[in-house]
Amino acid sequence: MTTFTDPYASSQETTEGRVYSVTGGDWDALVTEIGATKEERVVLNMGPQHPSTHGVLRLILELEGETITETRCGIGYLHTGIEKNTEFRNWTQGVTFVTRMDYLSPIFNETAYCLGVEKLLGITNDVTERATVIRVMMMEFNRISSHMVALGTGALELGALSPMIFAFREREKVLDIFELLSGLRMNMAYIRPGGLAQDLPDDALSKIKATVKDLRHSFKDNEKLLVGNSIFMKRTQGIGYLDLAGCTTLGITGPVLRATGLAWDLRKAQPYCGYENYEFDIPTTDSCDVYGRFLIRMQELEQSLRIIEQCVSKLEKLEGQPVMVADKKIAWPSQLSVGADGMGNSLNHIREIMGESMEALIHHFKLVTEGFRVPAGQVYTAIESPRGELGAHLVSDGGTRPYRVHFRDPSFNNLQSTAAMCEGGQISDVIAAVASIDPVMGGVDR
Amino acid sequence: MSEKGMFGIQGSGDTSGFGGLVNTTATIASTERPFGGYFDQVADDLERAYPLFSDAIEKVVVDRGELTLFVKRDRLFDVAKILRDQLRFEMCISVSGVHYPSESGRELHSVYSLLSITRNQRIRLEVCVSEKDPHLPSLVEVWAGTNWHERETYDMFGIIFDNHPGLTRILMPDDWSGFPQRKDYPLGGIEIEYKGATVPAPSERRSYK
Repeated sequence: MTTFTDPYASSQETTEGRVYSVTGGDWDALVTEIGATKEERVVLNMGPQHPSTHGVLRLILELEGETITETRCGIGYLHTGIEKNTEFRNWTQGVTFVTRMDYLSPIFNETAYCLGVEKLLGITNDVTERATVIRVMMMEFNRISSHMVALGTGALELGALSPMIFAFREREKVLDIFELLSGLRMNMAYIRPGGLAQDLPDDALSKIKATVKDLRHSFKDNEKLLVGNSIFMKRTQGIGYLDLAGCTTLGITGPVLRATGLAWDLRKAQPYCGYENYEFDIPTTDSCDVYGRFLIRMQELEQSLRIIEQCVSKLEKLEGQPVMVADKKIAWPSQLSVGADGMGNSLNHIREIMGESMEALIHHFKLVTEGFRVPAGQVYTAIESPRGELGAHLVSDGGTRPYRVHFRDPSFNNLQSTAAMCEGGQISDVIAAVASIDPVMGGVDR
Repeated sequence: MSEKGMFGIQGSGDTSGFGGLVNTTATIASTERPFGGYFDQVADDLERAYPLFSDAIEKVVVDRGELTLFVKRDRLFDVAKILRDQLRFEMCISVSGVHYPSESGRELHSVYSLLSITRNQRIRLEVCVSEKDPHLPSLVEVWAGTNWHERETYDMFGIIFDNHPGLTRILMPDDWSGFPQRKDYPLGGIEIEYKGATVPAPSERRSYK
């Protein structure tokens, strides 16, 4: 064997056989050397720092020639112990943790968690309609921004660069709305047990209307690029096949399940947050493949816009309603506002607790440092996130801190289907299949 | 519950939770019939389909509109199979663990959320095992999707799922010792080595003492 000099592809002998490291650049030397060996079976380690594995996902592929005979996922590279951490903070602070799990759909994490806390407290019906409608609107905006990343990076991973640029342009508009409403573009901690962190700013509804109009127009750009594009279809049609039986036994939900023809969406099947009062459709396809999943995500964008428009017309009628439950033992004492140095406690509230009322100060201090007590018990609340069923299993022991917070993240569960989708296919199909699951490693590893 | 306080703080009057943290566990009493909603129907169907029902189900709890069946671990596999095949709970949505150190002999709970798309219903199974003998039958044969969930529950709580096709750690590194989500496992407390220098665990840092 010749000495290896390629700086991008060195090799070394191990007890398991020859191991090659490749990081990029020209792989000609590697191909020549592998071609010289008689061995057809290659174990390929892809990731965890591979751009097309959608974050820190490690794939271990066993190849026979170019055909994949076995696929395994290595996860855990982004495990941050969020569930353990929540047990050491009060129930309201938990929102700040869970929003960081699936970082592309923070509002969904917050809502699933808060619906759970409210169910434990027994105040589900006390949450004001205005707060619920704003939650729905935020969730649907978040669904758009999340699907934009799924479509944009999915296409990028298959070699199409332009859809990514358009998708992130659209996502930016949604993040601007998040910033306007919550002060933050990601990890907002905006949904709180009992309501919301703050009410809408004055000019919010007119800006939202303009953005919805803009988005509806701009979505067409990506549609024109991808739908019916023969290269894109050849890379995605019939790839990553997973039928209904496979989905049910693997517990797969979301666009992957709906691509088998089953219109299962928790917003319709088991409505929460008043979704039964909105008009929208559940897009499905029956192709069970990557292309079908992309089509579903694309069509869901329009449905989300429809819901947002209905939210806006509802909110116009709900002007002036509070966004937090009336119970002062639960409601976060201060409302946020924008000051000279950014978002913070409102000046009116500071004036009250620092200068006017000792009782208000004590109340604020007790609630913020100690939190409220939640009656003992356990609940499981599930919502339809962009990736499927997002469930929060919350256990309380009657104290001011969660006893156990477990998130059933759809990415974690759906990633199990990688082997079923990829084995028997080619390496290039793995990328398409994983992209169609749309896993977010923050949610997978938590 | 033995755990009191965090980071070595004792009797400081601090309300942030670090000093006054006391975990007490309340057990929810078993519920009598009628359970309400579709829960009676589920219980009836299960009793009909599974003659050993009264032996397999330790207690039934209906709380906050959710049904929990406490199943004996020896019967878990059979009950799961009947729930899937005859009661049409097609999906095991999630497996989660909870650690109750105060319940001696049944410290570790494994919680299964089941979903039936056909019936549009949800139920929950709960199985209790002891820390000394944390064995449970794996349900991967019934619902393939429980594979990773069981690995996670093993990784975090040390519950051993017998007959699992590959019960290894999934989120923590393979050579990790201890089960992080158990209540006697501290938050932080791990010395971190970074380029030869070590960062002491929070409990070892001076400012917390």
